[in-house]
Amino acid sequence: MKIIITAVSPTIDAAFDPRFGRCAYFVVVDSETMQWEAFPNSAVDAPGGAGTQAAQFAVEKQVSAVVSGNFGPNASSALNVAEIAMYVNKNQGNIRDVIENFKAGNLTNINVPTVKGSHSPRGQA
Amino acid sequence: MRITVASGKGGTGKTTIATSFAVYLASTTPAFPPLFLDCDVEAPNAHLYLQPRFTQEQNISIPIPDVNSESCTACGKCVQVCEYNALALLGKTVHVFPQLCHGCGSCVATCPVGALSETPNTIGILEAGLARLQIDFARGVLNIGEPMAVPVIRQLKKWIQPHADQTVIVDASPGTSCPVVEALRGSDFFLLVTEPTPFGLHDLKLAAQLSRELNIPAGVIINRDGIGDADVDNFCNNERLPILMRVPFDRTIAEGTARGQTLIDIYPEYNSQFQQLLDDISRNEKRT
Repeated sequence: MKIIITAVSPTIDAAFDPRFGRCAYFVVVDSETMQWEAFPNSAVDAPGGAGTQAAQFAVEKQVSAVVSGNFGPNASSALNVAEIAMYVNKNQGNIRDVIENFKAGNLTNINVPTVKGSHSPRGQA
Repeated sequence: MRITVASGKGGTGKTTIATSFAVYLASTTPAFPPLFLDCDVEAPNAHLYLQPRFTQEQNISIPIPDVNSESCTACGKCVQVCEYNALALLGKTVHVFPQLCHGCGSCVATCPVGALSETPNTIGILEAGLARLQIDFARGVLNIGEPMAVPVIRQLKKWIQPHADQTVIVDASPGTSCPVVEALRGSDFFLLVTEPTPFGLHDLKLAAQLSRELNIPAGVIINRDGIGDADVDNFCNNERLPILMRVPFDRTIAEGTARGQTLIDIYPEYNSQFQQLLDDISRNEKRT
């Protein structure tokens, strides 16, 4: 199954990045063949809408699921519309560990946001 | 003359200073009361001190795109042109995220097949009326849950124009981001209210930088003077930022402001301090 995992650096041995819209890199990986490719998150510094951009990226890569630590309301609604499954990883470890946990069914499948929007009304808009 | 009161840090006493200044102006020159604009649209509270009676109101909306799925070809051009990531092409449909939309209209202009139209989305309200001492008062109120303050502030400033030579006091929101920049735009002087603490100093530095970038002369008021340390004083001296007034950390002032009184009401001696402030600002304001 083709999935996206959020990572702090562009390799399959990278540490897991718990942010979805604001992660540093997306590792796109086929969980059966372990073939992977890493992409920088172009919206990491976007003033707003990073979650929708990340969801748009998942749609373009035609993945079936995304794994991250948290999903905001815009990302979650976009992923739901696109019928891409969201999995929450709360474990430490690198991307390979996350894939193992995903395959073993240890990750929680969700369809609602895990955090409130970060479009901070009082902070940097 | 247009004076904007801001601070960086929240809770330093912006509204206390802004409303006291307005009361001073209105009581010393009753024939020419100032215009007061409460631009802290996420949490406006100057009305507690100036007691306006609102007689005019206007809804504020921004145009949000609507997608006609019959004619949309899912080309994705609207998604690419959107600076705010408010659109996403999910499968064969374009999905709109209204809370991210700034209402710029680029998507509608870009759509090659005319599949996008605009619907107004109400995000807040403007209110105006006379306050105590005949002060012209107006404020914007952003609806709860709406993230975008800037369009409300921009419309407020357009909606209520001062008459000739009327002094305008603008109460800005905390921080130094877009809403403060919008409130500050067009001002002749930037009055920075801070407190002598590391938190006050941290945000004062950002606000001072904003005044330099916008090229608007600034001066500092130190509130709760007597607490904290001397770092704010040292910073102002090094940056040649004039310290225009000091308000001591004083229980009587705290009790008075909690009852909705301005500094002028609590200690009439502040009339001479605000007279001095006005003179100092007039000397330093931006010459146009």
